[in-house]
Amino acid sequence: MPNFIMSYLGSTVTPGQAGNQFWALIYVLIIFAGVSVAVMAMNWLERKSLAHFQIRLGPMRVGPHGLLQPFADALKLMLKEDIIPAEADQFVFWIAPLIGLLASFTVYTVIPFGPSEAVSDMNIGILFMLGISSLAVLGIVVAGWASNSHYPLIGALRSSAQMVSYEVAMGLAVVSAILMTSLNEKGTGTLSMIGIVQAQQQQGIWFIFKFFPLGFLAFAIFAVAMVAETNRAPFDMAEAESELTAGYHTEYSGFRWSLFMLAEYAAMIAVSSIAVTLWLGGWMRPFPNLLHAPAWDFIFSLFPGLTFGGLAAIAVLGTVRMPSHSFFKIQRFGLAAFAALLGFIALLLLVIALAGRSADASLAARFSEGIGHVYWFMLKVAVFMYLFIWYRATWPRYRFDQLMRIGWKVMLPISLGVLMLTAIVGVIIS
Amino acid sequence: MTVPLKTVPLDDGRSDGKNDAAIRSSNLDLETPDKPYLDSNELVINMGPQHPATHGVLRVILKLDGEKVLGTECIIGYLHRGVEKIAENRTYTMFNPYVDRMDYCAAVSNGLGYCEAVEKLLNVEAPPRAQYIRVILTELQRIASHQLWLGTHALDIGAMTPLFYTFRDREEILKIFEKYCGARLTTHAFRIGGCQYETYAGFEKDIKNFLTFFTPKIDEYETLLTGNRIWLERTKNVGVISAADAIALGVTGPVLRASGVKWDLRKAQPYENYSKFDFEIPVGTNGDTYDRYLVRVAEMRQSIRIVEQAVGGIPEGPIMGKVPKVIKPPVGEIYHSIEGPKGELGYFIVSDGSTQPYRLRVRPPSFVNLQALDLMVRGLLVADVIAVIGTIDIVLGEVDR
Repeated sequence: MPNFIMSYLGSTVTPGQAGNQFWALIYVLIIFAGVSVAVMAMNWLERKSLAHFQIRLGPMRVGPHGLLQPFADALKLMLKEDIIPAEADQFVFWIAPLIGLLASFTVYTVIPFGPSEAVSDMNIGILFMLGISSLAVLGIVVAGWASNSHYPLIGALRSSAQMVSYEVAMGLAVVSAILMTSLNEKGTGTLSMIGIVQAQQQQGIWFIFKFFPLGFLAFAIFAVAMVAETNRAPFDMAEAESELTAGYHTEYSGFRWSLFMLAEYAAMIAVSSIAVTLWLGGWMRPFPNLLHAPAWDFIFSLFPGLTFGGLAAIAVLGTVRMPSHSFFKIQRFGLAAFAALLGFIALLLLVIALAGRSADASLAARFSEGIGHVYWFMLKVAVFMYLFIWYRATWPRYRFDQLMRIGWKVMLPISLGVLMLTAIVGVIIS
Repeated sequence: MTVPLKTVPLDDGRSDGKNDAAIRSSNLDLETPDKPYLDSNELVINMGPQHPATHGVLRVILKLDGEKVLGTECIIGYLHRGVEKIAENRTYTMFNPYVDRMDYCAAVSNGLGYCEAVEKLLNVEAPPRAQYIRVILTELQRIASHQLWLGTHALDIGAMTPLFYTFRDREEILKIFEKYCGARLTTHAFRIGGCQYETYAGFEKDIKNFLTFFTPKIDEYETLLTGNRIWLERTKNVGVISAADAIALGVTGPVLRASGVKWDLRKAQPYENYSKFDFEIPVGTNGDTYDRYLVRVAEMRQSIRIVEQAVGGIPEGPIMGKVPKVIKPPVGEIYHSIEGPKGELGYFIVSDGSTQPYRLRVRPPSFVNLQALDLMVRGLLVADVIAVIGTIDIVLGEVDR
């Protein structure tokens, strides 16, 4: 087995091709666990940053600075009574959260965290992604319908109309990015997610800056549509608390409800990944073509370690600043342990980066490169995640008809225009 | 037919017949709900009494055509405590704290209205120093009430953050109340004939500090909302009520002023020493949710002006007027109203010469303003119902009493 892994790591084949199903399975498991952990971290971050936007502290009691709050929440939700309303359609009620979860997790099979750090390199990757992510609406509609109650029904109706109409603008924006991939000597574009990033590398420009402002406009449309697509503020009509109590998941509780939340956050990460892949150069570090000397490679390979080192430093600072009262003894210990964990990860990453510097094509170098890919990809995704929280803290909620008006009358024409202009400019240039 | 605003009485006060034309001109039919579009089934939804956005225990039955509102029916009484009946079994002094429990977001204003009504019945007046303290605390209460309204209204429309900003600043007002009379919410700040408590040392300084602290905070609220595109879309031309309809329904307070009627009891029938202070009555033009928002924000600024003038000129002297220990008003009846934060807050008291009121009736602004809900939300969407309930600024403790 180690030989097989070695030979895989040493080979130049992309994932998902024949003979690598086993490795793909490992990736699936890693991604499943990784996304679940990311959702938990996102949960904590959202509560903390939202609290700090709103001049309050947020979770502070469960673990140091509420770090264990997501685990406490998860435990609580799993132990809660599982209520299925008497009037509900039992089977459909049961299956609805699973549909949503399935859809938002399946999207990860085509998301490339690096040129070889992906489950599969499907040649219709982006099409597959659009198709699967629109299945998520089915889970919501079915949940609203099966609940057999007014508020969930209205929430589900709103949500389905919203997601269907924003998918149109989203799809057109995506197409204009795909068009840009065909601007090479052979004139052949690609739908493969890995291929799209490689096209950006070949052309030496992120698609967000390509044909300025066309690439940027397409990106902006996608950035708005993806907020609507994931039912997040200011487009969170489907679960508008003040209007529909909780929208489509009003009747859900406990673990089923947490599946909805998991699906929502996983979908947020997924759409952000797509935006990063299509417009922001995916796994590429800044200026890979301009600063391509080995020295630069080394400097950029230090970034993951330094980031974790910085986080560890913040944790150490928190430990030092914690009040010296005996009440905080355990919390202080916990935070110190967390700092030590972060510091250990930072050290490990730095060691790998240093080891990978010396020899080309060694295992450490491959590792270091892979870590770099995943790091830059996740950093870009994290920016979007922060934006999601920021939107939620700042803006009121759109009304349903206004949302539809923006979708059909503003975003659709603009994305159509951008698509046509991109095509025209592309033809003229090539 | 719409009535031009000029025929609506402005500052001058009493009804002089000019109103009648305005009232006649509004042909309201709130009995029959609108017809559904096409031949679809009506969807009837119970909003409340357990609902995050009905500000307590209001229950609204919505008749919907899809998301469009065809008609509404308000079911009230879930918080009915029989305050008016309680009054008949309590002495005038004993009943004083009960009025704080009606509009618990503006307890000081409620207390002021009641004390003044009884004082009018007794034919006594609070001494000048007491009047200044009353005006200061009441205006602070107006600011606090508007802050609470702004936070919850913005939360209803989906903006979470203003709530925490307004609550942070409201806290400072409540601290002043607490220092003055020991209570934060149901203050029982005033007594019949004046104030029970002398101001504490540093009262004026606290208030001046608050004013300098709070004035820039209003700009902060406005930065979040006034020019916000989404806020504008959600509030402009939503829940419009014309001046004529507002007068016909007896709507008062900021809701009426936002429709363009310059009617404020502090100017129209000055009570306490409001005539001594220089302030303006902000009015709107369209009578929509956005105008009501602007009017209330402007009112906070005007209240700051009033408090600024009053805190500089608190005279020395007694704080209680000549009121007997046992209050036994002469036989008679009295109606006295003040401009509460939510509108005209009136007390009608019938005295039979005993120590207890024979009958006490409250005219709560929330209750009367809530009538306008149906008119405002007809033809709008469910999301607008929430915005309109918020913009009327109801407190269910006052609606149900």
